[in-house]
Parts: sequence; structure tokens; C-alpha cells
Amino acid sequence: MNKMVRQLLPFATLALIVCILWALKPESFLTAENILNVLSRSSVNGIIAMGMTAVIISAGIDLSVGSMMALCGMVGAYVMLAIGGTIPGTGAMFIGSVVAMAVGSLCGFLNGTLITRLKLPPFIVTLGTMSAFRGISYVMNDGMMYDVPSYTYLGSGDVLGIPVCVLVCAVIVSAAFFILRYTRLGRYTYAVGSNREAAFHAGVNVNLTLVAIYALTGLAVGIAAMIATSRTVSAQPTAGISLELDIIASVVIGGASLSGGRGTVSGTIVGTLLISFLRNGCTLLGISTNIQLIVIGAIIIGAVALDQMARSRAEAGRAS
Amino acid sequence: MIDGPPQDIAVNGDIALRMTGISKRFGPVQALSDVTFTVRRGTVHALVGENGAGKSTLMKILAGVYQPDAGSIEVDGEPCAFSAPAQALAFGISMIYQELDLAEHLTVAENIFLGAEPAGRLPFTVNHKTMVSGTRGLGARFDFEIDPAARVEELSTGDCQIVEILKALRRNASIVVMDEPTSSLSEREAERLFEVVRQLRQRGLSIIYISHRLEEIVGLADEVSVLRDGKLVHSGPMAQLSIPKIVHHMVGRELTDFFPARKAEIGDVCVTVTRLSSDAGVKDVSFDIRRGEIVGMAGLVGAGRTEVAKAIFGVDPMTSGQILVDGDQLRIDSPTDAISNGIALLTEDRKRTGLCLELACSWNITLPNLAQIGMKWMIIPSKETAIAEEAGSRIAMKWASPEAPASSLSGGNQQKLLIARWLLADSRFMIFDEPTRGIDVGAKTEVYSLLNRLAEQGKAILFISSELPELFGIADRILVMRRGRLVGDFVTKQTTPEDVMHLAAVEEN
Repeated sequence: MNKMVRQLLPFATLALIVCILWALKPESFLTAENILNVLSRSSVNGIIAMGMTAVIISAGIDLSVGSMMALCGMVGAYVMLAIGGTIPGTGAMFIGSVVAMAVGSLCGFLNGTLITRLKLPPFIVTLGTMSAFRGISYVMNDGMMYDVPSYTYLGSGDVLGIPVCVLVCAVIVSAAFFILRYTRLGRYTYAVGSNREAAFHAGVNVNLTLVAIYALTGLAVGIAAMIATSRTVSAQPTAGISLELDIIASVVIGGASLSGGRGTVSGTIVGTLLISFLRNGCTLLGISTNIQLIVIGAIIIGAVALDQMARSRAEAGRAS
Repeated sequence: MIDGPPQDIAVNGDIALRMTGISKRFGPVQALSDVTFTVRRGTVHALVGENGAGKSTLMKILAGVYQPDAGSIEVDGEPCAFSAPAQALAFGISMIYQELDLAEHLTVAENIFLGAEPAGRLPFTVNHKTMVSGTRGLGARFDFEIDPAARVEELSTGDCQIVEILKALRRNASIVVMDEPTSSLSEREAERLFEVVRQLRQRGLSIIYISHRLEEIVGLADEVSVLRDGKLVHSGPMAQLSIPKIVHHMVGRELTDFFPARKAEIGDVCVTVTRLSSDAGVKDVSFDIRRGEIVGMAGLVGAGRTEVAKAIFGVDPMTSGQILVDGDQLRIDSPTDAISNGIALLTEDRKRTGLCLELACSWNITLPNLAQIGMKWMIIPSKETAIAEEAGSRIAMKWASPEAPASSLSGGNQQKLLIARWLLADSRFMIFDEPTRGIDVGAKTEVYSLLNRLAEQGKAILFISSELPELFGIADRILVMRRGRLVGDFVTKQTTPEDVMHLAAVEEN
């Protein structure tokens, strides 16, 4: 019973926020245009949050995703321009996008390898790579951005009226759902996060599992980076600054535990949408972005506090 | 090796501590029943008993960590009740635990004055000079040489123990409890510690000395109390006892009939371990186990039994040795290798190395077996639940449903959950490390029958236990470990608990 309440809590909060916004701004909020706008804005965060969900379930953290996104975008755009000239064609754009994803996977692989081989805490490793990736992004073009004017399809294209980036996000979400629920990698992720020693003694290859999770997160970041690049038709070395905090917030609001073993894809989707709708609602209501920060901060603390309360009550109920 | 006790005990014969009628129950386990324990001033009082006999529980009650269900405590004739460790400290009772609780990064002086730092001249500051000179003074009074400014992490274990003792003295302790103080000391350090203990006794302190090493008690203790199954079975002067007599008190209980009759047919040799050594302290251990045979492994805490299991299972790297199962020489570098070669290990600490507590029971059962049940590439949750349900029903698991988290089960059922996991794995060679620890009698009997049934199926079983009665109840053979070496290999019917305990506890000279 209590567990149900707990799992429904983020959904209920999201529904409440949507209702409030609908009531306050009936003419502008619940329009197809606005909803699609919110969804496509959420797609970058949503894709990265899928990787972060797995990382957090494994009792880890990845602080480097924001910087990694900037780096992937810069490398991708650089490759496009190098192959296709100032206005790259489809082939160059395709190759650039693939290279960006490869770079993301490689960055993630590096994180995972440092964590498992040097036996360092994920917080420290990704804090370090966060700085390093950002630095490389700046160095690449002396702190300037790369313009890729023809790269519009991912960011603003649509299929039957649905933005391409939303479709890409849907594919990634489905993949994450499948991996976490139906594959050994997913199961091992939960096991390692819940009790690393026990997983090891049950024959789980802990290091391989962790490297795979961080590498897949890197892949997700690479994909998200191309969407972000396409949206602004330019790759910016400043992209994704403090993005990691938004992502971690949505995963945690979705009910994942930073101590590992707990978290779901559906929860993370709700968490991501919750933050996006809040932002959108505040904008519609004319609340300044500065105030939005305060509101989001309060929501993060409130959501996790409620979750914690429900948990400790459930535990107390079990003990008695 | 150790001098005899001084003859002037009678002079300091009045009672320092009297614990009367102490009882304590943890869930289904009666840890202590009606224990009356008396310590005289200026004596070293040894407290002995098998693992789980209730020594630690009794001492934790004395230290105010646990509250007794019944019974009373008097210190120096004054009745007292401790609801927190701080109150016991105020009554002059100091505990020195096996795992020393010192702040490693602080200095000796800072540790000794921890929580009672002398105030400096400015508010909120600490007077380091007073701490250092205080420490020096204490050391001089008891003839200990120790650098007050040294960091604890730089000290040897022996010196750490001295710091713990100084800490107790700084608090004006009158009763000092030492729990297995020599277990991690070298011979020389131990000698020095005995000297210190004698000094403390001379100054009128009472020392409660818990040790598994009986030969050191003989030289050190004035009196001995023996606990067995939560009851005090003997208490009296050391002079009237000998090691065989103490051993007899420790193990002398009836073997009851809750052990199932053994029906397994013993077949060919299944497992051969040859000259196994590991970094974790296993030295040159060789044994074999036949199909259908249950081989028990006895030894004291720290004798290296669990380390043997860990080396075989690929947890600790082997430094030398061979493992053959069914004639195949195995190369095992990780538990993954061990499992794929048909070896199972039920670890001794089910919370730390066994279960993923917040995950579903079914997930815990299938975790090492996903490939084997045909879910190498894709897990089918409904089928998985059915398989887990079936595995659970074979051993009468009591659970709300296979999807309930493992944390919702009782201790005995958590243990059965792990057994269900390894039953599903269908291993050839199964190692059970203390499978009955912390579970009630009913669940223990179930575990014994399970071991029996597995043996009947022709599996080779290594059964590590600290409880001699259960080893004698179900093992066909008993191996004895001491300090990382295999020191005995008996056919159960041809030996006695006394022999095994003697071999496990007494160092040969």
C-alpha cells in the first residue's frame, strides 16, 4: 500500500502541476503546440537522464554529462565542417553525428574504466572528467562555437507533426526500459547498486557491468549532444553547463535512490517532465527564470523528503 | 611461557562487579538465561565459551549497549542500571573491543582525551600541552612508553591496545573488559600485553578477559567463568582447572536428535584441494571430499576457515595450490569462474555478501543463474517468477510473494532464500559457511535436512561451522583449522568434541 503511494507520488505531483497550469492558463498551456514544445525541450534531458538512471541505480553518479555533451557536439560539428565545408551535406552530417556518438561512448568508457580500474569513487572521477571535457571543448576552437547551418533535421524536423527529437527520445527511453527490465545488464545494474559485494559473490562481473553502464550513458550523451547542436544549428563549448544537476534532479525526483538499487525509467520520465513543465509553466505565468531556480530547488528537496518519509514509515511498519 | 598468577589474590578478594540473573532474548534466540557473574577486585577473570555462547552479549549488557530483559548489576556493591554506554563509563567500566575504536588520524594524546579535552586559554580551544603532559603522566604511572604526539595510524596493533588501555585509565576505569585482545598481536606484543594486564591487576583493577586461546588464560587468569548456550556452566578459580576441563565445560552438552539421519551414499572423490594457499592467510591446505559426503570444518574465529572458502571460490586470489572437481583442474579467478565450474558458496554474512536486500526475492534467487535458466539474453519476468516460486517451494520458503523484497523476510527465511539460489544453480560442489548463524532452532533443523538431501543427490559439501554439536550431528568427516593451517582431518565417528576443540584452541609447543 505504502509502496504504491510512494511510486505514484511523482505521477500525482506531475498531474497536479499540469492541472494547476491548465487552470491558470487554459488558452496557452494545454495546446498541442505548447505540449510538443515542452516535449522537444525535454528530449535532450530525457535522453541523458536514461543513462543517469542506470548510473544512479548502480550506486554511482556521472557529473561529467554536461561537459561531455559540449565535447560531443564540438567534435561532431568539427567533423561535419571538416568533411562537408561550411555548409555540410547529408553525408557529412551523418558521419559527424556518428562520430559524436562514438566520442560520447568513449568518454563514458573512460569514466567507467577509471572508476573500476583505479577503484575511485564515481563522484571524483566524473568531477575530474567534467572539468577535462569542458576544457577540451574550449580548446578545440579557441572557445568559439562551430556553425553548422544545414544541420536542422534532428532539432526542428518532424515526422507526421511529431518532432524528430521527441521520436529519438522515445526510442532511447524504450531501449533503456528494455535494458533495465529485460536484460542481464539491467539486472546486474540493480544488483551492483543494491549490494556490490553480494553481486560479486553471486558471480556478477561488477567491473564489466559498470563500464557498460557508463559507456551507454556516454552514448546517450552523444545522441543528446547532436539534438542540442541541431536545435541551435551550432555546437557551443558552453553547452550543457550545470546540465548534470538538472538530470540528477529529475532522476532523483523520479524515485531513484542515490545509495543505489532503486530507480525506474518511468520515474525518471516523470521527473524530467515535471521539471520541464515547471519551467514552461513559470514562463507562461511570467515568472522570471531566477525565481524558477528557487521553485525547482524547493521541488527537488520536497519530492525527495516526501519519498524518504514514505520509506521510513514503510520500514517502521515492517519492523513492528 | 607465562608466569603463574601471584598468590596474593585473597587479599584483594572483595567483589568489584556482580551481575545477577541476567537474561536477554533476541527475537527467537535466548542469548542469555539467568546468568550470574561475579568479578572480584584486583583479579583477572577469564570469560570463555564457544562462539555464540553469549560472552559478547553479556559484556555488551555490562557496557550499557544492550539492556537485559531481567537481572541486575552491582558495581562495588552499588546497584546500577545502564541505559547507555556513557553511564557504564561513568561507573568505571571500560570496554576494549576486538576492533579497537580509535580515531586513526588523531594523535595518541588526542585519542586518550577524546570527549574530555582540557579547555585552552581561549574559548572553544583545546589545551594541547595539558593533553600531552597528561598522557605522559599516565604512561609513566603505568610504565608504558608511548609517544603522545604519534598518530594512531602509525602505531602497531599492540601499541593501539596500550592506547585503548590508557584511555580507560584516563577515565578512572575500575573494570576493564578485553575482548580477544591477542587475536591480532604477535607473540612478543602479546607477552607485553600480559605484563600490562598484570600491572593493572596489581593496582587493584579488575580485568575481564575474553579469549579463545586457552593456553594464555591458564597463565594469566585468576578465575574462569564458562558460558555455554547462554548459561553460566562453571565459575571458579583457575588453579582448580586445566585446559581439558575447560574444554569439557565449553562443549559438554548432549547431542540432541534434531539432526536428521544421514542416508547419503558416499561415492567417488569429487573435490580435491591440494596445497592451497592465499594472501589472506591460508597456508598449505589439502583435503578431498567425495560425492555425497558432508565434510565439516571446525576452528576458532580467525582460524582461516572462511578464507579457505574464499580462495576456492575466487574471492581471494590463490597464491598456490590446485583445485580439482570431478577430475578437471580448475582455474578460478573470480566467483564468476567458480560458479560456471559448478561451485557454490553460501557466504557467512548474508547481509554483506549474500543478499541484495531491497531487491525482489525472485531476483535474489536467479541472480547467478540467469544464463542457466535460459535468460542469458532476455529476462522473461513471468517465467522468472515461476522458476523462483518453484525453487522456493522446494524448501518451503515463507514469503508474501517472490516479488517481495528480500528485506521483508525473517533471518531464517533470508538464509533459505540464498540456499534456494544455490539449489537452482545445481552445483557439484557446495560450500556452506556458517549456514545456521543467527537463525532459530526450527530453521536450523531445516538447513540440516537440506544439507542431507543435497548429499543424497551426490553433491560434495563443505560445511563450515563454529558449533561443534552441529558438525558432529551431520558431518561425515571433520577438518580442523588453526591459524590458516589444516591441523586435523577426522572421521566424525572416531573423534570427540573435546579432541576437536583441543586441537582448534591449543597451540602445540
